[in-house]
Amino acid sequence: MDEEAPNRAWHEIVRDVLKRHKVSLVTYVPDNVLRPLIEGVHADPFFTAFAVAREEEGLGILSGAWMGGTRGILLMQTSGFATLPNVIASLAVPFQIPVLMMVSERGTLGEFNIGQSLVARTMRPVLDALAVEHHTMTRLDEVEFIVDRSITQAVATQAPCCFILSPLLTGGKVFAA
Amino acid sequence: MSFSANHPTNRAQAKVLNRFDITQRLVARLKHDEAVIGGIGYTNFDLWGAGQRTQNFYMLGSMGLAVPIALGVALAQPQRRVFALEGDGSILMQLGSLATVAARAQKNLAIVIMDNGTYQITGGQQTLTEQGADIVAIARGAGLVQSAWAADEGGFEELIDLALREDGPWLIGCRIDREKPKQTTERDPPRIRDQFMRGLGAKK
Repeated sequence: MDEEAPNRAWHEIVRDVLKRHKVSLVTYVPDNVLRPLIEGVHADPFFTAFAVAREEEGLGILSGAWMGGTRGILLMQTSGFATLPNVIASLAVPFQIPVLMMVSERGTLGEFNIGQSLVARTMRPVLDALAVEHHTMTRLDEVEFIVDRSITQAVATQAPCCFILSPLLTGGKVFAA
Repeated sequence: MSFSANHPTNRAQAKVLNRFDITQRLVARLKHDEAVIGGIGYTNFDLWGAGQRTQNFYMLGSMGLAVPIALGVALAQPQRRVFALEGDGSILMQLGSLATVAARAQKNLAIVIMDNGTYQITGGQQTLTEQGADIVAIARGAGLVQSAWAADEGGFEELIDLALREDGPWLIGCRIDREKPKQTTERDPPRIRDQFMRGLGAKK
């Protein structure tokens, strides 16, 4: 799969695949794990990237952009995803808008914040309840395949898709004891 | 700012307009396939009733997102003017989006707030604008310096003409009455989205 330089970090792979699929608009509510990806898209003039005040807003912007002919992705952490069910259920799914979402997974594998560990348990049930395609990425060698194929599928089937970045892939946020 | 010289300085001074009337006045002035995003509820219904256009998007359900959706369209199509029509209850849910629009300095975007001080569709409960919140003042505070109340029907048309002619972003506050909408938007999301994309030329 990987026809480009080996040993790229996950965020470099994601950035390159987004670019190849002409996903040029990136809205986000920041997260430490996402930082290198956010910095990467800011550094590349191909992307229009900016922070929004709230995740719902970012998803609304992507929906409008898609209808105007521009593809986009929303970056957030697990707790931010928890603000989205109404918007996914009332905008992205029924209007058949293939918004892409990427979640830095907190709440598992060493979480230190109980709020994060609790809200994290709502994420996959919400995605499953709304029948939204989602993939949890745990290994570097699967990142390109999952993101590449899933963007193709999202666009072809006019359906949203959510990528979950496991701490197994990113290292996650480490508890500073 | 000179553009606001003829407009009231606060909500209390603005004339109470009729939602359907000013929606018709807006639509009548759209000569260049401008996009219009109708927010949830009666704002949307009267946009539908004012004459369906393929460049209209009728949002159903995602309360508060007319401005973000309009910003997305405006980003994707910088040559097209885009209007967001939003109610007071809706914009109060997503005030951060005003700051986002200001930070983007989105030139081709105008926001029209229809403010009757109530959640009319759910039984007329008061919103915060009836209790002191002034959306135009909030918008200015968020960085949308070109924000003004429409003094009356003429003032509304004057502000719309400015938004059609001059760089935005714009925010036009309109006090409106509580008349029921003329029609109800047909609730067929895939059709609404498909027509809108064709109306914008994003789909052939």
